[in-house]
Amino acid sequence: MNLSIARRRLAPVAVVGAAALVLAACGSDPDTDNGDDADSTETEGSGGDGGSGETESDLSGSLNGAGASSQESAMQAWIAGFQGENPDVTVNYAPDGSGAGREQFTSGAVAFAGSDAALDEEELAAAETACGAPAVDLPLFIDPIAIAYNLPGVDNLQLGPETLANIFNGTITTWNDPAIAADNPEATLPDTAITPVHRSDESGTTENFVEYLAAAAPSVWTHEISGDWPAGLPGEAGAQTPGVLQAVDAAEGTIGYASAAAVGDRTTAAIGVGEEFVEYSAEAAAAVVDASPRAEGRAENDIAIELARDTTESGAYPIVLISYTIVCTAYADANTGDLVKGFVGYMASDEGQQAAADAAGSAPISPDLQAEVQAVVESIEVG
Amino acid sequence: MTTTANPPPRQATPAPRAKARPGDRIFSWSTRTAGVLILVVLAGVAAFLIVEALPTFQADPAEIDGGEGFFSYVWPLVFGTLAAAVIALIIATPLALGIALFISHYAPRRMAQGLGYVVDLLAAIPSVVYGLWGIQWLAPRVQGAWAWLADNLGFIPIFTGPASATGRTMLTAGVVLAVMILPIITAISREVFLQTPTLHEEAALALGATRWEMIRMAVIPFGRPGIISGIMLGLGRALGETMAVAMVLSTGGFTWSMVTSGNNTIAAEIALDFPESSGLKTNTLIAAGLVLFAITLAVNMFARWVVSRRKEFSGAN
Amino acid sequence: MTVDTRIPAVSSLAQNQLPRATTPVLLVLSLAAGAGLSAALGFSWAWFAVFFIVLFAVVNTTVSGVVEGRRKATDKLVTTLVYTAFGLALIPLISVSWSVVDNGLERFGADFLTTSMRNVTGLNDQQAVDGEAEFIGGAYHALLGTFLITGLATLISVPIGLLTSIYLVEYGRGRLARAITFFVDVMTGIPSIVAGLFAAALFAVLFGVGTRNGFAGAVALSVLMIPVVVRSSEEMLRIVPNELREAAYALGVPKWRTIVRVVVPTAISGIASGVTLAIARVVGETAPLIVTAGFTSSINSNPFSEWMMSLPAYVYSQAMRPLSGSVPEPSFDRAWAAALTLVLIVMLLNLIARLIARLFSPKTGR
Repeated sequence: MNLSIARRRLAPVAVVGAAALVLAACGSDPDTDNGDDADSTETEGSGGDGGSGETESDLSGSLNGAGASSQESAMQAWIAGFQGENPDVTVNYAPDGSGAGREQFTSGAVAFAGSDAALDEEELAAAETACGAPAVDLPLFIDPIAIAYNLPGVDNLQLGPETLANIFNGTITTWNDPAIAADNPEATLPDTAITPVHRSDESGTTENFVEYLAAAAPSVWTHEISGDWPAGLPGEAGAQTPGVLQAVDAAEGTIGYASAAAVGDRTTAAIGVGEEFVEYSAEAAAAVVDASPRAEGRAENDIAIELARDTTESGAYPIVLISYTIVCTAYADANTGDLVKGFVGYMASDEGQQAAADAAGSAPISPDLQAEVQAVVESIEVG
Repeated sequence: MTTTANPPPRQATPAPRAKARPGDRIFSWSTRTAGVLILVVLAGVAAFLIVEALPTFQADPAEIDGGEGFFSYVWPLVFGTLAAAVIALIIATPLALGIALFISHYAPRRMAQGLGYVVDLLAAIPSVVYGLWGIQWLAPRVQGAWAWLADNLGFIPIFTGPASATGRTMLTAGVVLAVMILPIITAISREVFLQTPTLHEEAALALGATRWEMIRMAVIPFGRPGIISGIMLGLGRALGETMAVAMVLSTGGFTWSMVTSGNNTIAAEIALDFPESSGLKTNTLIAAGLVLFAITLAVNMFARWVVSRRKEFSGAN
Repeated sequence: MTVDTRIPAVSSLAQNQLPRATTPVLLVLSLAAGAGLSAALGFSWAWFAVFFIVLFAVVNTTVSGVVEGRRKATDKLVTTLVYTAFGLALIPLISVSWSVVDNGLERFGADFLTTSMRNVTGLNDQQAVDGEAEFIGGAYHALLGTFLITGLATLISVPIGLLTSIYLVEYGRGRLARAITFFVDVMTGIPSIVAGLFAAALFAVLFGVGTRNGFAGAVALSVLMIPVVVRSSEEMLRIVPNELREAAYALGVPKWRTIVRVVVPTAISGIASGVTLAIARVVGETAPLIVTAGFTSSINSNPFSEWMMSLPAYVYSQAMRPLSGSVPEPSFDRAWAAALTLVLIVMLLNLIARLIARLFSPKTGR
């Protein structure tokens, strides 16, 4: 009797225990063949707990970074490629957001950060204390921001900077407005009402977009520049990139801005640059970065870029987001330092840039910039 | 014939003056410690919130989001938070009580168990899923209804048009919240209804009461504190819900209208802006969290007051 | 309303009753009339339901009121309302469940449950959609993390919560008990992200800056879970009949044994339900886990060191930031499948809770 009670009472415990055991026993890493198969010569099967006998890599351990969620899918590609080459390494990246990433980096909580904005002076000072050496911003992720719209029957919309600013301002309210017609002499525009769609969360995408509007149409766009959409403007809002695109899909007459990689086959507008209209493309985005000057007054190795939003350079697409990878120039812990050097070096390599472009649709940085970043990475002091 | 249920144990069990057994002492000590631990944790959370929020109140008002100080930043959010929670409660409470009564007193016993089980499960669906459901399934379907409200009842401030083209409005967010808190209120009310002493119910029926009269006179008075507990838990969730509101609502500045895009809740504002914020904005968001905390405090005080004021009418306690 | 002038010598129970078939007949009639009316307006299910329910409620109540009297009529009206409330609530509930099951089954399966996301990139998804490669990548790492983190959180919260509710019901009087009751209510309103930040700050102070592991996540979840456990168990303990306690005391049973052997087992079904509810409340939390437990695509089975993934964080990241921007469908499928997994886990927990409840609860009349 007593025994049976004991047995009955233990039954659920046993069930849970068994479930846990089964769970613990049967998981594994997926059998990926990618990572470096894009153009690397050797492809290693990348079982996570690798029997390291046949790998040339002597890196091991784990490396943690945090920051911008804009970089997340590219970061996944870089992590996969790097872990593919170094099976004993685990790299984690928490897409907490740029602000959180910079804060964790400057307090020494993570070894590297991703951020849609370069460190400001206060943060540079804090980072120098945490690193024991200056920290540097490396532009490794360039993401064009596309203007997607939902207007059946109108395919090749062209929008000058002022028209665009007036649309998002709420000044232009219908699609057949004379200003839009002037930009598109050949299109037949319906009198549908315009619903501008913006991000409801604070984001680097918004910040870069309004920065562009303020630089290219200064007389029209007079709102404060921040990652938060200016309050009081008409239109709809969506959370994150999918939220914006969902809202654009949901109703006719909508227009929104989103990371070009996510736009897919939605119709997008060409943006007025100087006398011509430019469609977004990886090359056009990289072109504007090359045409832009460096931010002044930074540490010597720092590569923070002051984007030339009002560029009139032919073939440059001015609405881009640059996301930086922020690292220390010296690491006290030798293993962490080696991992950072290896990982960031991989990110800046042809392979790494190509992997991100394939997987995340980002624009690869130009070879010159690549070489420059590699030199900075080489100079990181370890130990 | 209000039922006279159990008097509260605390009055009915005067500590026996017999010798205190060690087992008793250890047990009562450990229960007390657990209680105190909760207070300590809460004090920790409050201290954390206050320390982190402090810079906001010391800062120059012009530097706060919106440029006019913390108060003008936070009051539209407070309005949005309360509006969403009130909409959710207005929809969810009667429905939840209906389901709970259905399961406990109307449905056949077998069916009732299965239903109770399903309702419990629904509490488990992550809020992201409710958010996705709200955007993809609900918003397009209710858009027409909101447009109808704006067209026909537009003279009432909360239905002022033009209705949102995508249907992602405060009212939609309220409906999503209502669906989320439905299982919580239902689960607790149901358990309490099921615990009504069978004797009370049978006595009421024997006196010739109809089923509803039995419920009104025996079940509801007995379960009232439990119902209020359930509603409070639901309200807590509705006030603090982040992801579902953040995903469903097309956020924006303050507007009275519940059928256009606009408004935002404190929790959603924190979730949307916290990741990319830094410096003073972070402090401002945490200060908004502190305000949410204060709102919950006030709402709970109010509920306690209501319960204690009506104590003499309720059957239990 | 007719006034009954007859002498009540005839059995008053048997008279003034409608035939049993009245309600079903009225139901069918209302259905038909509802269909007719809504068809006249251009048929839509919404109008049909509205017409049908309003017609039925009005007619059924009126008929009953005329023949059977006001009390019976009220009873019938309330019955209609309760059924309507139930039916109305079923619509969103079924729709949500259907979305999860329908979308989730696309990817759900043994592969999904037993592989992690390590080294899976958007490129794999693009190839999978193009049919060039197998679909890979699952949620094993997140599943394991959710199990461990939620399990730890339950281990922390249930003893503390249950003991506190016992204190409140059985021992507590005076200021302390009132304070605890009140502040537990306040605690239910802590926004989840605040709980996460608090836990992250606590661990930063205790174990150094940047400490993120499964245990920190469990502490954050406990802050959210404890008030739900306390609140629901307190309610359940309070309605345990006092006669039971008095009977135990009369037999000379010490108070603590009375509580452990009589009071708690009597309320165990409700307590188990409350605990399940509490787990359900936190198992879907995303934000507090990312700031405390971290974010990874690799397997980690030690909750006390290194970052750990959880299912809600997995759902959130796959749904909101697809691996491949241009081909997001595989990521969306993963998100739904993970949501389905989450629901299944809670179903399992619920079953276990019910099993425990059945084993420990005394047999009652109900």
